[in-house]
Amino acid sequence: MHPTLKRIIFFTSIIAFWEIGSRLELWMPIILPSPTMVLNALVTGFEDKTLIYDLVASFKRLAIGLALSLLIGSALGVLLAKSKSADETIGTVILALQAVPSIVWLPLAIMWFGMNETSVIFVVVLGGTFVMTLNMRSGIKNVHPLYIKAAQTMGSKGWDLFVRVIFPASIPHVVTGARLAWAFCWRALMAGELLSTGPGLGYTLRFASDFGDMALVIGVMIIIGVIGYIVDQLIFQRVEKTVLKRWGLES
Amino acid sequence: MFIEINDIQKQFLDKDNKAINVLTNIDLKVEKGEFVSILGPSGCGKSTLLSIVAGLTKATSGEIIVNQSKVTKPGKDRGMVFQQAALFPWLNVLENVTFPLKKEMSKKEAENQAKKYLQMVQLSNYLHHYPHELSGGMQQRVAIARALAMNPDTLLMDEPFGALDEQTRSRLHGQLETIWTETKKTILFVTHSISESIKLSDRIIVMGTKPGTILQDIKVDLPRPREQYKKEMLEIEEHIMGYLKKEIDKVVSEELANASNT
Repeated sequence: MHPTLKRIIFFTSIIAFWEIGSRLELWMPIILPSPTMVLNALVTGFEDKTLIYDLVASFKRLAIGLALSLLIGSALGVLLAKSKSADETIGTVILALQAVPSIVWLPLAIMWFGMNETSVIFVVVLGGTFVMTLNMRSGIKNVHPLYIKAAQTMGSKGWDLFVRVIFPASIPHVVTGARLAWAFCWRALMAGELLSTGPGLGYTLRFASDFGDMALVIGVMIIIGVIGYIVDQLIFQRVEKTVLKRWGLES
Repeated sequence: MFIEINDIQKQFLDKDNKAINVLTNIDLKVEKGEFVSILGPSGCGKSTLLSIVAGLTKATSGEIIVNQSKVTKPGKDRGMVFQQAALFPWLNVLENVTFPLKKEMSKKEAENQAKKYLQMVQLSNYLHHYPHELSGGMQQRVAIARALAMNPDTLLMDEPFGALDEQTRSRLHGQLETIWTETKKTILFVTHSISESIKLSDRIIVMGTKPGTILQDIKVDLPRPREQYKKEMLEIEEHIMGYLKKEIDKVVSEELANASNT
């Protein structure tokens, strides 16, 4: 059976069971609203444009946060790969920070920047930076020595060697790092918005929850999941696959 | 003399910080345009020697002079071909071959130069292919074109055909011979294949192992192409085998001793 067909059957039966259960009042709508109610909440949200504003606001923060974390992460990664002292000092700190979910920085961020956009972006940046750092570092450390030797015999050295050989050779790790950074940033953003301020998808989620609008809560959860899936599967996985193939790391 | 290798010594430290002599008293002179093979069993330091000539490895003592200047670092006057093609996978064939030319000429000139050498290795139809789309033999031909494109006086080849199958290897031997006759490069060719060295070179430097030293310097005085001189080639092969047998036995008995110790 075709995988797509399998998926259609799977999702249809879940939604059908969910709808039928709601109609038969096996559970209360406040515990779990029916699919129709969720759909209605989504349609209303998009019609009065609140969800669209939320999406735009969330994506703006994500774009800024992710871009900053990729930049800072790459720079730190290069530093750790190139300097042994930095690796032995800053490297250890980063390994420790990597283990801390970035949302725990929110209280401090609110003290530093106030209850605003900047605090959320700060948490998003912290979410993606360290994983990017570690991937960039291992990308540069794992460049095949033969590439470097070959380039040296062709007169390449210093900055030229870095830009034309070492960095491009580490692209597969950069792509993996960016993919993970995106996933961490996305989670950090939702947590940050949930606990901080709006507009944004996370904020609307909490707003709906405060007013007991479970249909909208589930609607927003679905939007978050769908976006996460689309970006990961349709963008990052494809890029990663192309890169791995081109770089000869996968047949 | 075009290449002078003067009393090169190379020591490595093993994991107990004990010095191991990899190369001792290596003296070798090569004339301009000569095709010289360096032949020896694995572990005799022949690749290390080539790497020192390339400027990629520092010798413990001794000096290398190429075209009257002392070798201290890698340079474009010495093109190198490795056992693996070492092409950059993110560049296509044409971009790989123009890699060393970027700084000194315009894009157009670089591409024309690259195309000229790609034609020499018969890969004109693959300019826009990426390395992963080529066979091992084709990749190695691109690597040769890339080394030639910088127009070096010397070509250093470190077992360039070692990873290829017999038929491909024999075809590339023919191509390399043609290229050498056309371009008049000085070639230092490292190999462990006796027949390969006899087929291609003017001189064969036979090296022994532990420590790596030069055992013999053999002139091959056969007209090219050499396929028609099977009998003479066989005689030279047996002659060389005489020297190498002792060395190979030495390696084998040492490995056996090591194996029984552990």
